[in-house]
Amino acid sequence: MCAYSIGMIRYYNILREKVQKDRGTAIVFLSIVILLLDLVFRLIIGKNESQVVATYLWDGLVVGLAIGLAGVGLSLTYSILKFANFAHGDMITAGGFSGWVAVFAVAGVGKFDMKNLLLVGAGKPINVTELGISVSTTPVIILFGLVAAIVGTILLTLFIDRFVFRPMRHHNDGITLLIASIGIALALRYGLAFVFKTQNRGLTAASLTASYSVPVGTGSVQIDLGEITLVLVAIALMVSVHVFLQYSTLGKAMRAMADNRDLALITGIPTEKVVRATWIIGGALTGAAGFLITLERGTISFQFGWILLLFIFAAVIIGGIGSVYGAIAGGLVIGLTSTISLIWIPADLANVAVFSVMILVLLYKPEGLFKGVTTA
Amino acid sequence: MKFDIEMLLKNDVRIVVSTFVGISFLFIIVAMILGLDFNGTVNTIQRIMFLSAVYAMVVLALNLQWGYAGIFNIGVAGFMLSGVYTMAIITGDPNGLIPGLGLPLPIGIVGGVLVSGLLGLLISIPTLKLKADYLAIVTIGFAEIIRYTANALTFKTFSIAGVEMGTGAGRGIHLPMNPIRGLYYIDPSNMGLGKTIVGEYIFGFFEIVQVQSSVVVSWTYAIVLIFIVGLFYVVTYRIGNSPFGRVLKAIREDELVANALGKNTDIYKMKVFAIGCGLMGLAGILWQGSYGYTNPTTFQPILTFYIFIALIIGGSGSNTGSVIGGVVFASLLFEGPNFVRRVIMHVFKFDKAPNSIIEAMIPISSLDFEPFISYSLANISSLRVVFLGLVLVYIIQNRPDGLLGDRKELAASIDISRRPVTETREGKEA
Amino acid sequence: MSSSKVKRKLSGRKKSAKKYPLKVEKIGKKFGGISAVNNVSFSVEKGSITGLIGPNGAGKSTTFDLITGVTSSDTGVVKFNGEDITRKRPYQIANIGLVRTFQITRELKEMTVMENVMLAPKNQMGEQLSNVLLSKGRKRVESQEEEMLEKAWETLDIFHLDKLANEYAGNLSGGQRKLLEMARVMMMDPSMILLDEPMAGVNPTLKNQIITLIKKLSKKGYTFLLVEHDMDVVMNHCNPIIVMHNGGVILEGTPSEISTNERVIDAYLGGSE
Ligand SMILES: Nc1ncnc2c1ncn2[C@@H]1O[C@H](COP(=O)(O)OP(=O)(O)O)[C@@H](O)[C@H]1O
Ligand SMILES: [Mg+2]
Repeated sequence: MCAYSIGMIRYYNILREKVQKDRGTAIVFLSIVILLLDLVFRLIIGKNESQVVATYLWDGLVVGLAIGLAGVGLSLTYSILKFANFAHGDMITAGGFSGWVAVFAVAGVGKFDMKNLLLVGAGKPINVTELGISVSTTPVIILFGLVAAIVGTILLTLFIDRFVFRPMRHHNDGITLLIASIGIALALRYGLAFVFKTQNRGLTAASLTASYSVPVGTGSVQIDLGEITLVLVAIALMVSVHVFLQYSTLGKAMRAMADNRDLALITGIPTEKVVRATWIIGGALTGAAGFLITLERGTISFQFGWILLLFIFAAVIIGGIGSVYGAIAGGLVIGLTSTISLIWIPADLANVAVFSVMILVLLYKPEGLFKGVTTA
Repeated sequence: MKFDIEMLLKNDVRIVVSTFVGISFLFIIVAMILGLDFNGTVNTIQRIMFLSAVYAMVVLALNLQWGYAGIFNIGVAGFMLSGVYTMAIITGDPNGLIPGLGLPLPIGIVGGVLVSGLLGLLISIPTLKLKADYLAIVTIGFAEIIRYTANALTFKTFSIAGVEMGTGAGRGIHLPMNPIRGLYYIDPSNMGLGKTIVGEYIFGFFEIVQVQSSVVVSWTYAIVLIFIVGLFYVVTYRIGNSPFGRVLKAIREDELVANALGKNTDIYKMKVFAIGCGLMGLAGILWQGSYGYTNPTTFQPILTFYIFIALIIGGSGSNTGSVIGGVVFASLLFEGPNFVRRVIMHVFKFDKAPNSIIEAMIPISSLDFEPFISYSLANISSLRVVFLGLVLVYIIQNRPDGLLGDRKELAASIDISRRPVTETREGKEA
Repeated sequence: MSSSKVKRKLSGRKKSAKKYPLKVEKIGKKFGGISAVNNVSFSVEKGSITGLIGPNGAGKSTTFDLITGVTSSDTGVVKFNGEDITRKRPYQIANIGLVRTFQITRELKEMTVMENVMLAPKNQMGEQLSNVLLSKGRKRVESQEEEMLEKAWETLDIFHLDKLANEYAGNLSGGQRKLLEMARVMMMDPSMILLDEPMAGVNPTLKNQIITLIKKLSKKGYTFLLVEHDMDVVMNHCNPIIVMHNGGVILEGTPSEISTNERVIDAYLGGSE
């Protein structure tokens, strides 16, 4: 008992010191506590609140993990190649399309016109119920699509690096590369629009996807298999990346380069090899994210990755650039902010809330909220 | 010494004028190929001039921030939006569907510029110490916050202190009548009430050469805008070519040095944020103001990127280059592809374009390129942006100084490249 | 309190702000736990050319950064002409007449040599937007710039940069950059100048000319604090000399005192680590 209270006092002192040093975090912390108290209050007095909140939590988790997974690739290139890659969102879109080209071609062969299948129905809309793709009924094809998305995006990122970023390696200001990445973003996005057209289209047969109803309080939360797949695969991928960065030689070299590029150069780390590895791993995660997000949504459009980009930046920044777990945590913050905030603000201002959080973090805690808690 | 600056200025004016003339000439040829009549030709040139002028303005404003001070603000579209929307809200009809304050247009314009300038100032203060890439993300995030706010149903109509107003949300908002019409029509909103004396004469004159009165009105506005580009140029030239501009350049090169040499760099950055964003707001007003209506979709981040591409093409850091970049971008890169499509379609009279790119590409194997070309032309609006993106990558890799950026535009109010003649070197060395 | 501490305190009090414009009292700075500067105190006499020496990594440049507000100090006080400038920003310190050059030159690369030099003068009318934008103010800006330009050419002559006036500063050689740094601060009409290895990479003839210039200016009442590795320069032209080692001042004295002191010799020969 006594030891416990001494521990508490010490903990309190550490906390006080931290607050004095770091007002920004303290304010964030305090606002979160106030909002949580309000939430608890609402849960106590409200009738349907528990169902609503549970739905928000689950949706926030799904969106958050998707953004987090999409963010890991961005975070890696940002910390190792030292620039904010504005083409990242469109690489996600490209990943999504390469996965669905494969899925459509395999699932629809014989039933539909192959030319149209290879364009994910760009020539003529394809009836997705007839095509019959879903995680429940065609899991192997889905897995094949995931692999195709990963491979396609890796090839794309390597191609872009070879012709755009490699010739610019000597620039050590991030801005020149950032501007080049804006050029790639435009070319890629509208290149996809040129090939796949601009209309939004369905991918999976919603009626075939298994859906479960989890009782919560007086109501229930709907959870479908697409969401579960996203959550499980995202977690598996992120854990493997973490293990890779933490324990493999290449992963250690990548972390060394992220910490101090010049030092890494001097100590003889093969930087070109590390850069290539960064694009390969980043590309793989990006492609997977693009495929899983579209799988969960059941639709795809040429803009979807770009629209997500600023949210992904927000996640990566909030989590602390260069940190895998940070990206996940940041993604969850973004995902949960965008859903839970609906308790207090109208839906059309959720994005405003998310971007405001991002700006506040950049201004007052630019190293991220979770830096120091975990690295890599 | 004075003489030299005037020479330089004359030289620059010549570059700008010949660009305008050259591009007009090009589009006259295009119009001839398309078989447009005189009215159509005049109207085409008007559209090109109008868009060029708009881009020239906003690129000049951006050049002040990025070209001079190295401030990487990629929230341009947001600051344009805030100017236009403020103007719309101030001037809107209090009894309209989306109520406004019902104040006169000049107050609306000044208000719009002030609000954009103040928003720029507001975002500059906490970002003074931020790294350039973080600043980029903050500014684009801020611009998106502005756009989402304008788009939010919550603010479709709202009231402050009992006064009703609104943004119109996703449906957009009405803008006041272009005052230029007042020059020609007794009642600008109702042509039926007749023309003014100026209207009678000018319309009468142009009727002889078969130019429609609506084209005359638009041309008048384009001329006014070109004149305002001149004003923008004078303002940015005066700011840039001065000790103030010198400090901005120093901040771009090495902020700490500027500070160690006694310049309060924070204040300079705040000022240039405010002025630049104010001018962006004004450019937005003058651009959208002519359409009588605007909506949030107009101000997506891609607009900012277009403006950056224009600036980089012209050469960031150069005011003359900014104008050239704006004109070249708007006419050749932005409007150009549409005209390319029209010319090719007109000359070759292709069949209907195939439905998908694969169908368009299969005939290539038998050396039939027509389906692919016509597919490309049908989707030229996508292809155009691909091209813009590649141009940006090419320039940043190979010609980072742009068309005119490698010139030395010295930041001083006088010619500091030459020694004053009053002093004799020999006398000093003896 | 030990007697030596008392003595130092007394002697510190005796040094009037008029005679000793710069006073550094117990300043310290840590970078991630490593003490770059630790409890450093000294005063610089008006009109002197005070030397600041010490092996690489001794903390000299960091001391300059702390004095000029480029880096904020963890502890201690810096006073200039009696005024506490410890928490002042670099531009404020520069504007009260205390200026510095950088060891690793920081020329403004994409500005011409002349632009670099013309940036420096204080209180330029053309730094006010109202003067710049309105024709009336612009006339005055122009005439002030003409005066500054004349002075700028003279300054460039002194540092043999006149022929390079229209060259981008980024194209200069290492030695020329050092000269540009000095030319720039000379344009500021300072009363005290901190020079961080100003002669590294400068050819011997020019080096002598610079020394002559510094001596001339110091006779006029300008005060110099000079970090220099060339021991001939330091021993022949600086007095007093302050010796730093491992972030602290180990000795302050005349050239002859310094050159015979064991600790100084140890510091240089014994290696700092
Ligand atoms: N910004 C910094 N971050 C970390 N360490 C620094 C920094 N600046 C200087 N140091 C360290 O402080 C010590 C003193 O450096 P410096 O003042 O440059 O020495 P000097 O000028 O005497 O050669 C050195 O060990 C150096 O590595
Ligand atoms: Mg040093």
